[in-house]
Amino acid sequence: MTTRKENRRGISRRAALRAGAGLLAAPAIMKVATAQTGGAFNWRRFAGQSIEVSLTLGPRATNLRTHEKEFTELTGIRVGSEVVPEQQHRQQQVIQFNSGNPQFDVTTVSWHVQKRLFGKSKWLVDMKPLLADSQLTAPDYDWPDFTPGGVRWATQADGRMDTLPNNIDPWMIYYNKELFAAKGLAFPRTFEEIVMAAEKLTDKSAGIYGWVSRGLKNANVPVWTSFMLGHDVDPVDPKTVKLQTTTDGAIAAAELYKKLNREYAPPGTVGFNWNEAQTSFSQGRIGMWIDGIGFAPPLEDPTKSRIVGKVGYAVMPQGPKARHSATFGDGIGVAAGSKKKEAAYLYCQWATSKLMCNRLLQSGGGSPCRASPYKSPEVIAGLKLPREWLSCLEASSAIGRPGLPEIVPVTEFRDVFGVGLTNTIGGADARAEMQKATDAFTPVLAKSEA
Amino acid sequence: MTAQPTAMDRGYGRNYLPFAYPALLITGAVIVFPWLFTLFMSVHEWKIGSPRAFVGLNNYFRLFGDERFVESIGTTLYFTLLSVVLPVLLGTACALVFNERFPLRGLCRAIFILPMMATPVAVALVWKMMFHPQLGVLNYLLSLVGLPPALWHTSLDTVIPTLVMVEVWHWTPLVMLIVLGGLAAAPTEPYESARLDGANPWQMFRYITLPLIMPFVVLAVVIRTIDALKAFDTIFVISEGGPGTASETINIYLYLQAFAFYNIGYASAIVVVFFVLIIVLAMVLLWLRQKAKWS
Repeated sequence: MTTRKENRRGISRRAALRAGAGLLAAPAIMKVATAQTGGAFNWRRFAGQSIEVSLTLGPRATNLRTHEKEFTELTGIRVGSEVVPEQQHRQQQVIQFNSGNPQFDVTTVSWHVQKRLFGKSKWLVDMKPLLADSQLTAPDYDWPDFTPGGVRWATQADGRMDTLPNNIDPWMIYYNKELFAAKGLAFPRTFEEIVMAAEKLTDKSAGIYGWVSRGLKNANVPVWTSFMLGHDVDPVDPKTVKLQTTTDGAIAAAELYKKLNREYAPPGTVGFNWNEAQTSFSQGRIGMWIDGIGFAPPLEDPTKSRIVGKVGYAVMPQGPKARHSATFGDGIGVAAGSKKKEAAYLYCQWATSKLMCNRLLQSGGGSPCRASPYKSPEVIAGLKLPREWLSCLEASSAIGRPGLPEIVPVTEFRDVFGVGLTNTIGGADARAEMQKATDAFTPVLAKSEA
Repeated sequence: MTAQPTAMDRGYGRNYLPFAYPALLITGAVIVFPWLFTLFMSVHEWKIGSPRAFVGLNNYFRLFGDERFVESIGTTLYFTLLSVVLPVLLGTACALVFNERFPLRGLCRAIFILPMMATPVAVALVWKMMFHPQLGVLNYLLSLVGLPPALWHTSLDTVIPTLVMVEVWHWTPLVMLIVLGGLAAAPTEPYESARLDGANPWQMFRYITLPLIMPFVVLAVVIRTIDALKAFDTIFVISEGGPGTASETINIYLYLQAFAFYNIGYASAIVVVFFVLIIVLAMVLLWLRQKAKWS
């Protein structure tokens, strides 16, 4: 209500001050109002809700669970998380999704095994609209910080993106510097030199072996494909979706796998998965071990390893036709059947935030899909592993190429070819085994792609 | 004299049947329905993530052309045979020993049955560590007595005997307990008569003890056969069916088809065939049990 004095004189000084104060306060008032009604981004918008998170057992899950309380403090969202061993987790996810009523809102996804199946079944929410929503995505989330490789992994063929990139796992070679020095050897630069070095390092009477890798069926396939990529061959042609497992490159890779594991690996390697190989290597009697880069922390832990400070981290050597590091990875997504999608999406954002990615890299438990952690001197200063590991990680990521085909029946592919590879360690002919496996898997692939 | 009223006269069926309804309902829900559903699924092609299609008996025809399935039947029978025969022989021998009186017999019995109380998965994990070809304690023990290291579960030739060894360690006490029960229930008079007739210990065992405990031995065989046929945890933890497919039993193959490859229809057909196999074996064993009964 205006006074007579105001009417007479126009706007009074007091009124002008009131109006000015109102104008100054407007953004703050608007911020509060929009936060309450869903306007600008607010971490606490879904405070009071609770979500269930299903994670694969491993260092990434440990990283998230260790700091879970921070998420609850930040958002007011309560988190119930469960951690399940990899193999069982994948089965549990598929069964729960297929039931139409998954018991979790957020889950991690192994791209190299589950990407096509999950994409085809549309079990996860498309992240693209959520990322584009300024009310749901934190202004400092910095999407451009994610590496193109990670984004490519997370994106389905139809353009949907059903996970946020969480981790990339390039394969490399761990080597025992002490054993190499004792024989006066430098780390191999080519596949041929790997064989030569393995031969020179092996001294069976002393219980020393030049090589170790996975021999157990299914688990062993990435070792073979790592060699195959050096021949510039993918197990399945990404364009035609045809098997390339009997090509010269694939057979040569199987021969190399056979030779290294049969002649220079410790007895019993045929039953080794990564953990048996890691245990053997950590005891200081193995020259080289090929596997994922995320297995380094126990090797530098004096309570678990006899080779602390003696481990070399090397990029996959040059193959006859190419140089690649077989790459695997995982993302984190929101179940399409979740009733708390927005709260679940906030969790995914937090899990892949710069802070959490920095922590993941520092722990050595994985390689985040953001560029910033690798550029930050503070993050690198806090690294718990040698700098050589980080250099190897960066160089391996730069030559990364998917280590498994992007098809629906990946597990069946690994099983069928894994049996063939195991048989080669027993002495079977590599070409015959790969041909047999190819014949067995061709109809499975054809049916899945029909 | 009036005839005794029969159950029908008393109206048992009419009056008491409602009491059986809850049990019938639960049996129908947890046994009959899953079975009918498995049969239904076995005539369909259904892979999780894909639509379901009726294929008649194709899954069954496919099974018998499936090299891995046929191989898994052989592996299952081989594993079952060893996992039944060895614990039964050893368990019976142990029962005979523990049936005799000697100092600290109770304590020794208690220690002997300890393995049976352990969880199979935990047992398998511990054995797996002990089997490690380079770092396992078993090869270290072999080296102490001048023997070369063994490959245990990592060799095509020794994987089944290795798995059987774990089964024997785990389940021999069960057989011992069953047979010991038989020995405790056996009458003493035949032994007194045999002694008067001048029978030696072997003759008493062969012609008195063995026939008396035979029904219990057969019972142990039945229980062990069922256990060995359904063995999964030990095999899965220690060898995962490998190396290659060397220890891939029907259960392991079934698990792979259902929960790794998600071929639910095909896995259902495997279940049905496996069920038939178990029924046949169970009938043979029940017939043997009837034959072994005390007359």
